[in-house]
Amino acid sequence: MTAAKDFTLAELIVVAAAEAWRHDGELLAVGIGPLPRLGVSLAKLTFAPGLMLTDGEAMAVEDPVPLGPRGDYKPRYSGWMPYGRVFDSVWSGRRHAMVTPVQVDRFGQGNISALGPFEKPKVQMLGVRGFPGNSINHKNSMFLPNHSKRTFIEGEVDVVASVGFSPKRWQEGMDRSKIEIGMIVTDLCVFDFNGPDHAAQVLSLHPGVTFEQVQAATGFPLLQSSAITTTAAPTEEQLAIIRRLDPHNIRATVLKGNPPGVRTAA
Amino acid sequence: MNKEMTLKDIVGELRDGMVIGVGGWGPRRKPMALIREILRSGLKDLTLVAYGGPEAGMLCAAGKVKKLIYGFVSLDQIPIEPYFRKMREAGGVEVAELDEGLLLLGLKAAGQRLPFLPTRVGLGSDVMTYNPGFKTVKSPYDDGEVLLAMPAIELDVALIHTTRADRLGNTQTDGPDPYFDELFARAAKKTYVTSELLVDRLDKDYSDKAKSSLFERYLVAGVSETPLGAHPTTSHDAYGWDMKHLQTYAASAAEEGGWQKFFDEYLAGDEKTYLERVGGEAGIRALPIPTF
Repeated sequence: MTAAKDFTLAELIVVAAAEAWRHDGELLAVGIGPLPRLGVSLAKLTFAPGLMLTDGEAMAVEDPVPLGPRGDYKPRYSGWMPYGRVFDSVWSGRRHAMVTPVQVDRFGQGNISALGPFEKPKVQMLGVRGFPGNSINHKNSMFLPNHSKRTFIEGEVDVVASVGFSPKRWQEGMDRSKIEIGMIVTDLCVFDFNGPDHAAQVLSLHPGVTFEQVQAATGFPLLQSSAITTTAAPTEEQLAIIRRLDPHNIRATVLKGNPPGVRTAA
Repeated sequence: MNKEMTLKDIVGELRDGMVIGVGGWGPRRKPMALIREILRSGLKDLTLVAYGGPEAGMLCAAGKVKKLIYGFVSLDQIPIEPYFRKMREAGGVEVAELDEGLLLLGLKAAGQRLPFLPTRVGLGSDVMTYNPGFKTVKSPYDDGEVLLAMPAIELDVALIHTTRADRLGNTQTDGPDPYFDELFARAAKKTYVTSELLVDRLDKDYSDKAKSSLFERYLVAGVSETPLGAHPTTSHDAYGWDMKHLQTYAASAAEEGGWQKFFDEYLAGDEKTYLERVGGEAGIRALPIPTF
């Protein structure tokens, strides 16, 4: 396991994202978007062989499908996973997705529905899609490519699509025990909502990033985990797998300017 | 027994104000020929229920929709349907935005003739806020859990595109995912089907494909042969979505009078002229099925 010297921030994020699924055992694992998808594929191939993946449509695969045009590559199917079974997996809790909300708040709530008033949005986005059902039933991690106060906002998200720990949203008798927010991976750090009373706490800072810098880019208070560390650099072995899974280098297009993995002081 | 109908016959059975469910999923397997016939008709004040693709945007753009009930409205590679976005940002149409699974449960409840199905989905989210009619129930058992009572979504009609059908109303649907066509058919008083191919009896030539039947023929009130009738959406395994055409459509939403121009250029007239205008049979059949 040789730590690489030369890697991009996108590659660092893929390796950090993979960690979200480390202890999941066997379940349907989904990374939505290129970096989360590479992350879940890397996890499956290196330390989490129990994960079940799909071809991005309706078939289960054991070998992760590379991103983009496939050329001669033909996926081999191990099972069937149409949307009907996806919902069954969601509702039974046997799924862990990494998703990208546009807004996230201090309660861990996420918004992909709309910005501004719901009745007449300033910006219509995707709608709530499967977020309400996913978030009340199974573990969800998040990837946000642009850590700022516009994404990690000060108040509550404009539309609560994925649920969280805001007390006013819950009545007595409703079961909140199945809500589980996993890792939040951003372009600055990795954090979770597992501090006291579900407070946000930073687990690791990307190389060259300070805690103060992350706090200044976040609309709500952050704690530092007692074990706070620097996000691990990819190994050469991990980079080789990532290159094989992303032969068209789609990962280079995710973050503006495709920055290097180690920030140097400005 | 012969359930064959023309597109015009089917649209003739629809009425202003009806609740219409549309099968398929985003830009996949939408009964677009039938939607185009509705766009050419005088129908109005419809309540549309769908995992929406271009049919939802087009019917909104044409002013046919009074209320839209959706799990999403998306063209996939164009993540937010352009006319849906335009309509929403203008506050133009009454909407019920549902979690995708809640739409499934609402249709399932209707098909089972139940008033609701209990679920945790939606609790704690703004789905509860913006669907103010939704009510909760308390489990009558010892757990006493409070759940959303997802109300049945009863449809007057369901419109569904299939791969093969026969004149008795049997259908077969190819492709990797059945989506929720079955639930739309069960939730509806009547289901009208369009099909790439129509034969007298599926059992005679397609007996080996019987497992690809998604719902019973007793649900099917009429069937129309509409080869290429899902264009510009994917119809497995015959042709993929026409993203170039969808981009032209999306671009029209940004223009003044864009919808009318798009309608005149492509949709006015009949299906024969439509198919010629969008590249003809050979062009459509050459559209690759997308991979992800």
